[in-house]
Amino acid sequence: MTIYNLYIFHENGTLLYYQEWHRRKHTEMSREEEGKLLYGMIFSMKSFVNKLSPSDLKDGFQSFKTSKYRLNFYETASSVKFILNTDTSVTYSLVKDLLKAVYAQVFVEYAVKNPLYKPGDPILSLLFKNKCDHFIKASSFYK
Amino acid sequence: MSRVGGRSSTDPKKVSGELFSLTYGSLVAQILKDYENVDDVNKQLEKMGYNIGVRLIEDFLARTNSGKCQDFREVSEKVQSAFKMFLNISPTVTSWSATSDEFSLIFDTNPLAEFVELPDHCYNLRYANILAGALRGALEMVHIEIACWFIQDTLKGDNFTELRVKFIRKIEDTIPPGDD
Repeated sequence: MTIYNLYIFHENGTLLYYQEWHRRKHTEMSREEEGKLLYGMIFSMKSFVNKLSPSDLKDGFQSFKTSKYRLNFYETASSVKFILNTDTSVTYSLVKDLLKAVYAQVFVEYAVKNPLYKPGDPILSLLFKNKCDHFIKASSFYK
Repeated sequence: MSRVGGRSSTDPKKVSGELFSLTYGSLVAQILKDYENVDDVNKQLEKMGYNIGVRLIEDFLARTNSGKCQDFREVSEKVQSAFKMFLNISPTVTSWSATSDEFSLIFDTNPLAEFVELPDHCYNLRYANILAGALRGALEMVHIEIACWFIQDTLKGDNFTELRVKFIRKIEDTIPPGDD
């Protein structure tokens, strides 16, 4: 089992943070453009899933899977969006727990509680990067 | 005097409620000195509260694991539990408007004003206005726009402190900016 990469988006669509681990293939776009494209897709996906659902959804869009990878999406009530790409053998519920923990123990602790960090700006803190890296690598499904 | 604040005082990482009350008191005194005009002070306190609120909501969500609220009554319950969590006080939710878009939070004491007496020339000072700001900031982050203000205050001789909260609108998701 593997974790490829992580995107964190602010509610207005700004890419707050990106980190990758086992990503072997890259796009030709800049990271910024890639972020915009992904955010747009997630945004459409969310409204698509909500519109086509035959009954009221509790959680809405959560993940999709291709033959090579699974894209996992988790959104907090404050609309911070976490996207984690893993290989297909990882289940969504495992990823959801991990992303919840990343939110509570990394994002809140080292970004929101850092007075020098302005909410909505990209996260540049090295401490945040180290903690995030450490957290992901410690998870049970990081290779 | 451990009514305010007190997350477990045995935890060395947390501060006592008394320290918080006193720190807040000196902050208000300093702003009063800087601005002189009481209305400006009220505004500054609200603004500071707002800035705290937009961050504090993330801490609240991370700790309580809560999702979006379905109606305003649920919001009032969450707000109540947040006061319990951060200030260790339990305000009563009451005086709902007929359309369920307005409620009051009743505090038996003004939680920040443990040691305070207002001098006469500060009669219009809304001492705990930082709470109103924090509430507005926090709810804005979960896409709920509210207005909130104090209608009674123990510092002004009322029997209890009452904070009125009014729902204004639900903020819609921002659509991502299109390519130029």
